[in-house]
Amino acid sequence: MDAINELARDAVSLRQQELRTPRWQRTARAVYVIWYRDIIRYWRDRTRLVASLAQPLLFLIVFGVGLSSSLGGVGNARGGATFGGSLSYVQYMYPGVVGMAVLFTAMFSSMSIVWDREFGFLKEILVAPIDRSAVAVGKTLGGATQAMLQGVIMLAVGPIIGVHLTPLTVLEAVPILFLIAFTLTAFGVAIAARMRSMQGFQVIMNFLLMPIFFLSGSLFPLAGLPAWMTVLTRIDPVAYGIAPLRTAVLSTSGVPGAVTRQLASVTWFGWEVPSILALGILGVLAAVLLGFSIRSFRIRD
Amino acid sequence: MEAQLQVVDPARSRDRSPVIAVRGLVKTYGRVEAVRGIDLDVMPGESFGFLGPNGAGKTTTIQILCTLLRATAGSASVAGFDVETHPDDVRACIGLVFQDPSLDQELTARENLDFHAIVYNVPRALRARRIDAVLEMVGLQDRANAAVKTFSGGMKRRLEIARGIMHAPQVLFLDEPTQGLDPQTRAHIWQYLRELRRSEDITIFMTTHYMDEAEYCERIAIIDHGSIVAEGTPDLLKGMVGGDVVTAGTADDAAAVAELSERLQVEAKRTEQGLLIEVPDGAAFVPRMIQALSVRVNTVTIRRPSLDDVFLKLTGRAIRDDEAGAMDNLRAMAQMWRGGRR
Repeated sequence: MDAINELARDAVSLRQQELRTPRWQRTARAVYVIWYRDIIRYWRDRTRLVASLAQPLLFLIVFGVGLSSSLGGVGNARGGATFGGSLSYVQYMYPGVVGMAVLFTAMFSSMSIVWDREFGFLKEILVAPIDRSAVAVGKTLGGATQAMLQGVIMLAVGPIIGVHLTPLTVLEAVPILFLIAFTLTAFGVAIAARMRSMQGFQVIMNFLLMPIFFLSGSLFPLAGLPAWMTVLTRIDPVAYGIAPLRTAVLSTSGVPGAVTRQLASVTWFGWEVPSILALGILGVLAAVLLGFSIRSFRIRD
Repeated sequence: MEAQLQVVDPARSRDRSPVIAVRGLVKTYGRVEAVRGIDLDVMPGESFGFLGPNGAGKTTTIQILCTLLRATAGSASVAGFDVETHPDDVRACIGLVFQDPSLDQELTARENLDFHAIVYNVPRALRARRIDAVLEMVGLQDRANAAVKTFSGGMKRRLEIARGIMHAPQVLFLDEPTQGLDPQTRAHIWQYLRELRRSEDITIFMTTHYMDEAEYCERIAIIDHGSIVAEGTPDLLKGMVGGDVVTAGTADDAAAVAELSERLQVEAKRTEQGLLIEVPDGAAFVPRMIQALSVRVNTVTIRRPSLDDVFLKLTGRAIRDDEAGAMDNLRAMAQMWRGGRR
C-alpha cells in the first residue's frame, strides 16, 4: 500500500511537469536513450562483438598472407609481395580491412530497426511526445559508435602485422573511422526506414554490401583499372573513406609519403583527391542520407 | 484507507467534461473502411472497454486516439487536446500498453523503465523512487535487475503496464492487455489495474475480445465491422438479453427448434453448444420445455446472460468466429521466434 500512496503523491507533480521542457530538449533526451541503449546492448553481447571481428581477421591473415605469398613467391619475411619497395601487401590491405570491420558492423546495425519498430523498443519511442527524427539520429549515432569501436579494436592488430602506429596516428584515424561509420550507418538506416520485412532488408544488404566492399579500394589500389571499373570505384562512397584512412594509418609506418599517397588515394582524371575533400564528400553524403531517414520516420499514416 | 487514497487534483475533479471525446471518426485504407463513424465519450476516472472481434476496428481506433494513425474523417480529443492538431500534448498525457511486446529483451526491467522515464521527462530525483513504486505495484520488485528475456509472458505484460504508468498519464490505453495469458495472470493484471485507478486518478481505455474481461469495465462499447452496435454498463447490456439463457442438448436439434416455436412460441438458436433459448424465467421454463418436446433432451443448463450472448444477439455471430488476419500470423511467428531464441 505504501507504494500506491507514493505513486499517488508523485502523479500530481509529474503531470504538472509534462511538456514544460521544450520539444528539442525532449527529442535530444530520446536520441541519448536510443544511443545509450545501443551501446549497452553492444557491450553485453560480447559473443557478437568477438564474432564480428573474425571475418576481417580472416581476410587479413588468410587472404592477405596467402595472396601476397603466392603472388610474390619469395618476398620479404612479412608476407611476400611488396608495393613500392618497403610496403608489403598485408600492410597495404590492413587499413582496408579495418574499414571492412566498420563497413559490415555499420550496415547491419540498422537491421534491428525493421523488427524493433513492430515488436520492440522503437515502437515505444514512436509514441513518445518527441520529434521522430530522434529515432533516425539516435540509431545512426548508436550504430556509428559501435562500428567505430569495431574499427578501433582492429587498430590494435596493426603492430602485430608490422604496421607501426603512434598515438598521433590513432588520434587521426579515429575521427576518420567515425565518419565512415556514421555515413554507412546512415545509409543502412535510410534503407531500414523504408523496409517492412527483415528478409527484404537482408536481400538488399547482401546485394549491396560485397560490391561496395570490393570496389572501395580496400583490397587493391584504384589505379590502372579498366574504365568501367574505374567509374564504379569512383562512385563507391566507401572509397572516399578508405583512402584518407590508409593515408593516415600508413603515414608513420616508414613508407615514403609519396608512395603511400600514390597507392592510397582516389584520383579524378589523374588528380589526387586530397583527404580533406574525400572526407567532405562522405560528410555531405551522410547529411543527405540522414535527412532522408528523418523524413521517412516523420511520415504518419 | 479509502480516504487516504483520494489524492486528486482538485482542479480536474471539478471538471466533468469527457477526457476522451470522439465524433464521427472514420478511417479507410484504400477502399476498406476499418472505422465507420464512431462517436463516444469517456469521462475522467472511468474504465472503458472496447469490445469486439478481431478486425472490428478496435486497434485502429486506439491508434488514432494515441496519434499513431491519422483519421480519414471526424475528430477526436484526448485530455482536452485534439489528436490531429496537438499530437505532442496528447502523447504527454497518455500511457500506452501495446498489443505486441515492446520491451527491450536484452535490458533489465529497471533499465526499460528508466529509459521510458528519461524520454518522458520524469525528473531525475523522482525516477528511482517511481521505478521502485511501479515495480512494487505489479509485484516485480525482486526482478528489477534481471534481464527481461528471462521473464514469463505474464511478467512482461505487468512490466509493460508498469512502464505505461511511469510518467503518471491521465489516460492509460491498453490494447488487448491480457491476450495470450493464463486466467490466473489475467486476474492479477486486473487487480493491478483496479488498484491503479484508485491510486492515480487515471482513466482506463482498453480493447479486448474476451467477454469475461470486458465485464471488469464500468462501461463497454461493442464494436463490429467498424461501428459501435451497443454501449452501456455490462449489466445494462446483459439486460438486452431477456432474463435467463437456457442451453439444451437434444437428440434432434432441428426438430426441437420447430416444436419450441410451434408449441411454446419461443425462438431457439442452434449453436455449437446446442440450443440457445432466452427466457424471462429459466427455472420455470425448463419443465415446460421438456414436457412440450417430443425429442429426447440430454442436457440442460440455465445461466445468467453473458456478454457473449449480447454479442450473439446483436450481430448474429459468436465473437470468436472471425479468422486470424495477416497481423495475427506475423504475431504468431514473432512469438515462435522469440520463444526459440531464449
